[in-house]
Amino acid sequence: MRGGAQVPPRLQTDLASGLDTTMDTTAQHDLAKEAPLSSGPRLTLSGISKSFPGVRALHDVSLSLYPGQVTALIGENGAGKSTLVKIMTGIYQPDAGTISIDGQPVTLPSAHAAFGHGITAIHQETVLFDDLTVAENIFLGHAPRTRFGTIDWRTMRRQAREVLNTMGAGHIDADARLKDLGIANKHLVAVARAMSIDARIVIMDEPTAALSLKEIEELFLLVEFLKSEGKAILFISHKFDEIYRIADRYTVFRDGEMVGEGLIKDAGQSQIVRMMVGRAVDHIFPQRKAEIGAPVLAVSGLSHPTEFDDIGFELHKGEILGFYGLVGAGRSEVMQAISGITRTSSGTIALEGKAITPKSAADSIDAGIVYVPEERGKQGVVIGLPIFQNISLPSLKRTSKSGMLRLAEEFALARSYTERLDLRASSLSQDVGTLSGGNQQKIVIAKWLATAPKVIILDEPTKGIDIGSKAAVHGFMAELVAQGLSVIMVSSELPEILGMSDRVVVMREGRIASVYDNKGLDAETLVKTAAGIAA
Amino acid sequence: MTDTPAPRHIPDRLDKPLSSAIFSWEALLVAVAVAIFAVNSFASPYFLDPWSLSDLTFNFTEKALIALAMALLIISGEIDLSVAAIIALASTMMGMAVQAGADTPVLVAIGILVGLGCGAFNGLLVTRLGLPSIVVTIGTMSLFRGIAFIILGDQAYKGYPSSFAFFGQGYVWWVVSFELALFLTAAVIYWFLLHRTSFGRRVFAIGNNPVAAQFSGVRVGRIKFILFCLTGLMAGIASVLITSRLGSTRPSIAQGYELEVITMVVLGGVSILGGAGSIVGVVLAAFIMGLVTFGLGLLNVPGIVMSIFIGLLLIIVIALPIVWRRVRRERFT
Repeated sequence: MRGGAQVPPRLQTDLASGLDTTMDTTAQHDLAKEAPLSSGPRLTLSGISKSFPGVRALHDVSLSLYPGQVTALIGENGAGKSTLVKIMTGIYQPDAGTISIDGQPVTLPSAHAAFGHGITAIHQETVLFDDLTVAENIFLGHAPRTRFGTIDWRTMRRQAREVLNTMGAGHIDADARLKDLGIANKHLVAVARAMSIDARIVIMDEPTAALSLKEIEELFLLVEFLKSEGKAILFISHKFDEIYRIADRYTVFRDGEMVGEGLIKDAGQSQIVRMMVGRAVDHIFPQRKAEIGAPVLAVSGLSHPTEFDDIGFELHKGEILGFYGLVGAGRSEVMQAISGITRTSSGTIALEGKAITPKSAADSIDAGIVYVPEERGKQGVVIGLPIFQNISLPSLKRTSKSGMLRLAEEFALARSYTERLDLRASSLSQDVGTLSGGNQQKIVIAKWLATAPKVIILDEPTKGIDIGSKAAVHGFMAELVAQGLSVIMVSSELPEILGMSDRVVVMREGRIASVYDNKGLDAETLVKTAAGIAA
Repeated sequence: MTDTPAPRHIPDRLDKPLSSAIFSWEALLVAVAVAIFAVNSFASPYFLDPWSLSDLTFNFTEKALIALAMALLIISGEIDLSVAAIIALASTMMGMAVQAGADTPVLVAIGILVGLGCGAFNGLLVTRLGLPSIVVTIGTMSLFRGIAFIILGDQAYKGYPSSFAFFGQGYVWWVVSFELALFLTAAVIYWFLLHRTSFGRRVFAIGNNPVAAQFSGVRVGRIKFILFCLTGLMAGIASVLITSRLGSTRPSIAQGYELEVITMVVLGGVSILGGAGSIVGVVLAAFIMGLVTFGLGLLNVPGIVMSIFIGLLLIIVIALPIVWRRVRRERFT
């Protein structure tokens, strides 16, 4: 992506087949222009770009927040929403672009500076202090002082009660410890804090994720209150009903770019879904003719006390089975259970008709099921060990003889897989820590593949890697299934799911929501199933 | 980032510049050992006598035997602070057996088995209950030595059979003591185990990234348990040697040895954070520790100053490799 990988126009075919492929964002811009603006925007971000090593998180995005209005920020996982929030709260510095408040350009070099400009964020998990009281949390850092410079506790408590009362949250005791409050009341305290610093811009990052329906209703009343107070609100949520319920405007991000914005009343649900997913294909997925064979892996009734329930599916020889869902749908947890890393409470796993109960990753590797984890640095590579030792680690039983290492075997194994995956490295004795993300991912895939498994489970195999490495990984997957391997691919990237899978399992809240044949399947259906929107 | 425009064929390894060998930690240890040796031989006319040099080795062989196993344990990211207490408990048990009339082979078996049992106990607490080893072994350090104190009080066990004296006082050939021969043999075995077997490779993998190691099919708990057992076993063997050398058991036997063992391991270049180290380094460090303490002894430096010296050395060797690697990184990247 660095150096601007330009995609030839002819490759920019719209993936969401059957949809209006001429979907243009200009129409959306027109809508925004026509919208009657009672006043200018409170906060304007324009031309914001931000890159991390190997990944372009945001490219030339813009966002405006208006006083007394709620703007919903919509996008898939990895679209760049959290990066933007971190830029707005002074945690990240943008590489390019300007931020202005009430038309005045500002810089936000630190969280403190953002705070000073009246920007405050309420996160999914509140970042308040459990062992302090409600009043202390509200006034931490700007407590009223006495003449002697000590904290004026009486005034602080009184002001805390006042703030809570104006919000209609008088039921919260200002002297209660925060840890004794429920999550909804903690949110109220966070909002009270925003009120007490006279915050003018409030960012709510998936605030409803951990709330019950009733608590969500209360939160919405609060949002209405903030609107009436003239705050400019940014509301991030995956749930469409919520967005339609309280947002006035929307901005859609896709792959780190702003692809549409406008007034929510003018935009239909499917229109927004299309903007989220209807991306141009940025590279061609390998053409392959699926020769699906007999079932290899059969899972049924697999359950876990908290993470997933009654999971059942079949994987066939030579098949790529895609697993799609929102983050937290339980996909990785299911895969880790199948590969012996976590335990299940009930259910059966059968490999080639034989029931197996893997109690550790070692057991499942011996049986022929390998799990290539999502978190490359934490679970995948062993940084500190050279490339060849990383690759041979799961295969040490084969490369060693009576427990003694045979380096020649290890090098041969490493060489054959790194060359097939087109690894870029100066030598096989190089520490994996010195490689880029994409090349580390190749090592991760190579090391588990080298065990010669029957089933390989790839969890987000191309997350956060550059386009070239992505193509190498996809090409390699096609090669694997052609050789008769069976692949499960957990992915949150729709083009990847649609471009690679033979069938797609969609999970929602720990259960299988639906299984689709990937024939004429469109992205919209998947997103709706994953989010629980009736089609 | 640092990807080179790749040759399709990736070489197994690149020739390392000579400077990387010259600036290796082991090379530094050799230089230090030679320097101390030279200083000692100038400081005392008795130092260069073969018997004098032979006596020198008794200063470190018992601790160094434990250091071999401790090196693997620390590389895997764990630690055992109870080794000196294991020596005390094993020695006490041997003393009790002597009172009951046990002969040499039984004594040796008891010493070794008590050590192994204590190590297994530590290992179970760490791997089964998932407790941090530093806390577990501080606890068992008090526990094991506490048992020795309860049994012995201010008494001492004596009356070990004369054939038992060989392990700590005997010589296998000329000036080569049984202790030294045993240490050198064990060093070769541990070198092979750590650097030439798949077991050793897994120890390095665990120390660098236990989660990825587990995901890669390494049975992390089992390997750590074995390492605790090995450390306990070596402490048991050391207990046999010390008890044999002293010919008596007091509950305060081997007091403070755990710090010297750990100092030896860290001085040998094993990363206190786990994941890196070599047996060659640990062996060199053992000789250096022996040379220094013996040299100070020749100069009539009192024991209390020696303990200050060990404390300082521990701090320096923990800080120095970190600084050293930082310098190397700037030099070679």
